[in-house]
Amino acid sequence: MGGFPILSVMLLVPLLGAATCLFLDAKPARMVALLATLIDLALGIALWVNFDIGGEQWQFTERADIFAGFEYALGIDGIALMLIMLSVFLMPVCIGASWDAIKSRVGEYMAAFLLMEVLMIGTFAAQDLVLFYIFFEAGLIPMYLIIGIWGGDNRIYASYKFFLYTLLGSVLMLIAMMWMANDAGTTSIPELMEYNFAPEAQTWLWLAFFASFAVKMPMWPVHTWLPDAHVQAPTAGSVLLAGVLLKLGGYGMIRFSLPMFPEASAQFAWLIFALSMIAVVVTSLIALVQHDMKKLIAYSSVAHMAIVTVGLFAFNVQGLEGAMVVMLSHGLVAGALFLCVGVIYDRLHTREISRYGGLSINMPGYAVLFLLFTMASIGLPGTSGFVGEFLSLAGVYQISSTVALVCTTGIILGAGYMLYLYRRVAFGDQLNADAAAMPDLSPREYLLLAPIAAVVLWMGVYPESFIAPMRADIAALDARLARAKPEGDARIAAGEKSAAQDHAAHEPAQGGAH
Amino acid sequence: MDNLLSLSLIAPEIILSLSGLVLLLFAAWGGDSASRVISIAACIALGGAFVLVAQTVCAGASGPDTLAFGGQFRADAFAGLAKLMIFAASGAVLVVAPPYFERLGAMRAEFPVLVLFAALGMSIMVSAGDLITLYIGLELNSLAAYVLAAFLRSDERSAEAGLKYFVLGALASGILLYGMSLTYGFTGTTSFEGIRHATEGGLSTGALFGLIFMLAGLAFKISAVPFHMWTPDVYEGAPTPVTMFFASAPKVAAVTLLARVAVEAFGSQADAWRQVVIFASLASIVVGALGAIGQTNIKRLLAYSSINNVGFLLIGLAAATVAGVSAMMVYLAIYVAMTVGGFVAVLMLKDKDGAPVENIADLAGLSRERKVLSLCLAMIMLSLAGIPPLFGFWGKFVVFQAAVEAGLFAIAVLGVVGSVIGAFYYLKIVKIMYFDEPASKALGKSDWSYQAILALCALIVSPLGYLLNGWLGSLSDGAAAAIFLVP
Repeated sequence: MGGFPILSVMLLVPLLGAATCLFLDAKPARMVALLATLIDLALGIALWVNFDIGGEQWQFTERADIFAGFEYALGIDGIALMLIMLSVFLMPVCIGASWDAIKSRVGEYMAAFLLMEVLMIGTFAAQDLVLFYIFFEAGLIPMYLIIGIWGGDNRIYASYKFFLYTLLGSVLMLIAMMWMANDAGTTSIPELMEYNFAPEAQTWLWLAFFASFAVKMPMWPVHTWLPDAHVQAPTAGSVLLAGVLLKLGGYGMIRFSLPMFPEASAQFAWLIFALSMIAVVVTSLIALVQHDMKKLIAYSSVAHMAIVTVGLFAFNVQGLEGAMVVMLSHGLVAGALFLCVGVIYDRLHTREISRYGGLSINMPGYAVLFLLFTMASIGLPGTSGFVGEFLSLAGVYQISSTVALVCTTGIILGAGYMLYLYRRVAFGDQLNADAAAMPDLSPREYLLLAPIAAVVLWMGVYPESFIAPMRADIAALDARLARAKPEGDARIAAGEKSAAQDHAAHEPAQGGAH
Repeated sequence: MDNLLSLSLIAPEIILSLSGLVLLLFAAWGGDSASRVISIAACIALGGAFVLVAQTVCAGASGPDTLAFGGQFRADAFAGLAKLMIFAASGAVLVVAPPYFERLGAMRAEFPVLVLFAALGMSIMVSAGDLITLYIGLELNSLAAYVLAAFLRSDERSAEAGLKYFVLGALASGILLYGMSLTYGFTGTTSFEGIRHATEGGLSTGALFGLIFMLAGLAFKISAVPFHMWTPDVYEGAPTPVTMFFASAPKVAAVTLLARVAVEAFGSQADAWRQVVIFASLASIVVGALGAIGQTNIKRLLAYSSINNVGFLLIGLAAATVAGVSAMMVYLAIYVAMTVGGFVAVLMLKDKDGAPVENIADLAGLSRERKVLSLCLAMIMLSLAGIPPLFGFWGKFVVFQAAVEAGLFAIAVLGVVGSVIGAFYYLKIVKIMYFDEPASKALGKSDWSYQAILALCALIVSPLGYLLNGWLGSLSDGAAAAIFLVP
């Protein structure tokens, strides 16, 4: 791409779009927003095509010395590339999902979404600590407005909870960042990733970063903002929250916590494992008894994110790759599931599961797609969910078979609550006349769901396309972590398979077959 | 020759005092009908002083060349930067005041003159190199300010505000004087440099008492907790342009004066005042944040917000390093922009007849009727809360960074946690404007001059403000270096 500042352009396009939308009426605002997100998608594809796999670690770097105190430095590695791709892919879907559903203050709504896109891309592309923090935190403002203005009945409470919870987590990280900049004498993220902080200091720094990322992730027990925020947000807001915002926590851990504080990460791996194990089991059980579809999917998100965290802290390549694939997969699948909920919510204006039933009779097209995403969420082989969860759990098995065992129950429980949800919504008798009268998907809705379905299958059948750009970065991270790697309880040698490993490996498949 | 040099150093103050006197005469003969002209003339005088001061600031003046009248007055870069903020804020007040008072039929020709004298007093305060200069400046400012607070003579709230401000201000001045006399008694000198030499070996108990009393007196002027009680009442009661003045210029003057006394006079005994400053700062952050939550009047809310902000400013001072004082100056500059913008936005909130709307509940749904105004106000509120990417974040960032560099982790952590509590009530304003159903109260249109000032402040507060970083940072570094006597 030569010297073309593609990342800055990707930031600028939605920013200009947002400024324009603010002053437009509903119709042109929708068009402008769609156009801006599609341009960004095209730029994102160009970014991926031009990304040199196996080339330099940091590509498309840009530097401009316009701020004193910190640098305007952008650049991406494979990990950031894939997450940027996820963001730019989901954005046009979000705009499309709100095409008819949002009727009031459309210009401001579209502006908030476009602003969100700027901030997400900025977060993933920032190469300076302060710049990262600014993008990371600024996302609170548009999300606060999206939940608060266009959300459901209890939107005010949910918006406050979302904002204050995440802000409290982040400010502690800010102090840690200042200490790091002071100690290392630089705010450049690539340099800090190579810098060795004293192990005693790492403990505190790790905890401060953990406070922020655990809330964003969200990990049990600080996940309580998520169900509230999800239930009250409009459909597209939920897609954005589940699809990309939850990935900020995981991205933060893989970008900061692990490479910058390897010793502390090893020291606190037990904490991560303990919280994740509780999260997997507890939130899955909570999901099982939900009456509200969005709440159910929100709790399932917490369980899936727990699989991400155990994968990240497995300290090996499988675990890290698995965690990344779960993040990408969950972004797509949870986004699609929220869209599926949105589709029927738009028709009946209720999220109560019991108000539906037998939808496969009157909405066959919807039932097929919904089934695909349900299966992907469970982790059926052939869908993206399987690849990620298998790798993650295989990775963590090498560290601790107990953790792997407990976390794998999440897949069984996941099959339980998702299939139960699907049965109640799509199968059975058509108990409610109004639900039975709902028309099948419109072309617009097909257009939103079909691309996600295609990518979910692509990622499930040939994950190499998505793992290849990240391979070198994950290998580098693995090498960096090698010195702190805790010893696993499973002494496995290459080529040999113990019965227990087989068990762990086959669990996802069995879960899917339920 | 020496006197001539000294006179040239106080040229900005001479401009202000002469124009103040001339305009006073002009006001006496011209009457109230001349008030607009006098306002414009006062603005020009402030502009002239601004230009003169700007030169010393840009040159980063420090050292013995900046001493006038044997060290009683210092025209260094530190004072200069503070004066720039003071003059800019005073100028903004002179622009917004006439339309406000004219609607009430209360515009008097004395108003611009009083602002001018207050600005002169502050200008002397920040340049003080001696306790006596300090007191003269402080009282010149305070006396003008008492009158300004009670400027709406027929309005009970305004008169009450003036009286409260006067009684408590006089008490604080008394405490300050008592501290100064103790300091003088135990160090044998009133000049900051002399006090510094006398305390180098250690503080005697008497001098420590003097220091504490002086800090208490100055804490009243900056409305730091526990000397903040007057602030909400005075801010609510005083006419809004005057409140805007109180929240901006005198804050700058008193905070910089406090920094100068702490660093220049008692710099060798930083530990003695640091704990007081730390307590005041954390208490201000917490009380300012908690006190604001229950407020229903937007001026009272902004009063608590200013108490809260003073807490963050003091964190910079508590670091007691060049970086800390520099961070404090950066924060002050951003704070002035946010405060002026915030109060101008409040001034622009009026009903169809032009009567001010001060009740927070009446702002409901403002974003649907006054798009740009509510956008600006929301930006200022979120900036005051310190949420990136707005520029207010940068002020908090540099202050906390200085604290972390100085090893004050606990303070920094408590400070940021306090800022999260504070974020709650700033968010409340945004929530009321954006989430609630329209109350259709604040529909009145405003002067273009209001809009221009608000637009300028919003522009500074917006992420574009980060482009000023380098410039603001180097000016503040120069200013901070000047009082630490670092070449």
